[in-house]
Amino acid sequence: MKPLEQTTWQEIELGGLLREPGSARAYRTGDWRSQHPVWTKGRCIRCGVCWTVCPEPAIIEEPGGYFDMDPDYCKGCGTCARECVTGCITMVPEEE
Amino acid sequence: MAKAKAKAEAKAELIGRAHGPGKRVGMEVSIAVSHAVQLSRAEAIAAYPITPQTHIVEHLSSMVANGELEAEFVNVESEHSALSACIGMSASGARTYTATSSQGLALMHEILFIASAMRFPIVMTVANRALSAPLSIWNDHGDIMAARDIGWIQVFVENGQEAFDHTIMAFKIAENHKVLLPTIVNLDGFILSHVVEALEMLDQKMVDDFLPPYIPRHQLDPKNPVTMGAFAMPEIYTEVKMNHQVTLTNSYEHILAVWNEWAQLTGRSYHPVERYRAEDARILLLTMGSLSEVAKIAVDELREAGVPVGLLVLRLWRPFPFQDLRQAVGDAELLIVCDRALSLGGPGGPVMSEVRSALYHLAQRPHILGYIIGLGGRDVPPEAFKDIVAKAQTEMAEGPSQEFHLYGVRG
Repeated sequence: MKPLEQTTWQEIELGGLLREPGSARAYRTGDWRSQHPVWTKGRCIRCGVCWTVCPEPAIIEEPGGYFDMDPDYCKGCGTCARECVTGCITMVPEEE
Repeated sequence: MAKAKAKAEAKAELIGRAHGPGKRVGMEVSIAVSHAVQLSRAEAIAAYPITPQTHIVEHLSSMVANGELEAEFVNVESEHSALSACIGMSASGARTYTATSSQGLALMHEILFIASAMRFPIVMTVANRALSAPLSIWNDHGDIMAARDIGWIQVFVENGQEAFDHTIMAFKIAENHKVLLPTIVNLDGFILSHVVEALEMLDQKMVDDFLPPYIPRHQLDPKNPVTMGAFAMPEIYTEVKMNHQVTLTNSYEHILAVWNEWAQLTGRSYHPVERYRAEDARILLLTMGSLSEVAKIAVDELREAGVPVGLLVLRLWRPFPFQDLRQAVGDAELLIVCDRALSLGGPGGPVMSEVRSALYHLAQRPHILGYIIGLGGRDVPPEAFKDIVAKAQTEMAEGPSQEFHLYGVRG
C-alpha cells in the first residue's frame, strides 16, 4: 500500500474504501511519543505483565524472554511501567 | 380491431397525449412520488413519518405490505436511524430510498455527511418545512438550507409532475458509476406534497427501459471483505474531501445527460437554471421550488403592464450551476433573489448570498437584492412579487437601504 502522505486525491478509493485488512499498521503511532519505557534487565523476572497490558500492543518479546518496546508503535503511555511487578521499567523522556 | 385502435388514439389525444407517452392522472403529489419510487423498483426503504412527508412513506409501506412493491421496509424509531439503516442497506447493494422533512432532516444531520462521503446512491425526498422554534409544520426552505454542505446532489421541483419525474431520474443519476452520490429531491411541503395535481405517469416498461437495475461498484460481501467508513489521519483527510468535491462538481454533466434522456422519452426538458421571459429582461426574479409558478403569473402581469421583467428558476442547487447562472443573468441590470430561508445574523438569504458570490467576478453584473419570503408557510401571492419588483426598482435607484428584506414582516 502506498504511504498516506504520498497518496493523491485521484488515488482515493471510492468512498474511502479500504480493500486490504490491517491498514492501521501504516499509522506509525510511535511518532506521538514524548517518553518511552526502558527495562532494567537485572530486575526483570520475564513475567510478561508488560507485554500483556500494553494496549497497542507495542511490546516485543526478545530471544531470551526479555521485553522491549516496538519504536514504530509505542505511544509512551506508561501503562507497562505502572503495572510492572518488580518496578524494572522506567519512563524516559524522548530526546530531540 | 382498427376501430378499437382509432378509438384508443382519440382517447389518448383527449387526455393529453401531446404532453408525453404516459397516462395522465389526477393524484396527490406525495402519492405520485411514492408511485415513482415503486416504478423505480426501490429495494430497500427505511423511514420515519414526519409531516408533511408522511403520505409518501405511508403509501410505500402499504405497497410493500400489499406485495405491490418487492422491497424491504424498515420501521425505525428516528430519522437518525432511518438514514443509518439506509446506509447499511445501500452498502449491501440495494436500491435505497427514504424521505423526510424539517426536524427529521435535522435529526439525520450527521448521517447525511456520512452517506455522501461513503458514496451511497440513496435517493431521498425532502418535503421542505420550517424548523422549530416556534413549531411550524408549514413550508419554507430552512430545513434544507441548514443541510446545504452535506455533499449530496440537490434538486428543487416546482410541481407534481416534476416531483414524479425527478424522483425516477434521481436514481439514475445517483447510481451512475461516475457519480455514486446520494441525491435529494426537494419539494415544498403541503404546497406540493398535499396538493392533487394532474400529471403524467409512466408505465413500468418505460421506467424499466429508462432505469436499469442498480449495479453497485462497492458493497458489503463476505467473500470479498472491505473496510467502509474507516478513520482518516490528517495526512489523507484533505485528499478524501477533494475527491468528494471533484466528484460532486463533475456530477453536473451526468445529471444533464439523464435530464436530456428524460426529455427524449417524455418531451419534458429540465435545466439547471431555467428562464421564463428572461431573454430581453432588464429585471430578473430568481426563485426555487413551487414559488416559481406563482412568480410566472406575476411576470406575465408585469409584462402586460410594460415592465421588462423575467424569471430565473434555480433547479439544481448542488452542484451549484455557476456557468448556467452567469449566462442566464445576461445583461440584466437588476436581479432580485427571493429566498425562502433566513441565515440568521448573516447575509439574509442563503441563495442570495451564493448567487451574489457566483456573479461577483463578472465585469458587468446586475444589482443583486435579496428578499426573503414565505417563511413558515406565509402565503406568497403573485401580488407579492409585483410589489417586490416595484420596491427593488426604487431601491436600485436610491441605493440599497439594508443587506436584505424580510418581505411582509409587520412592524
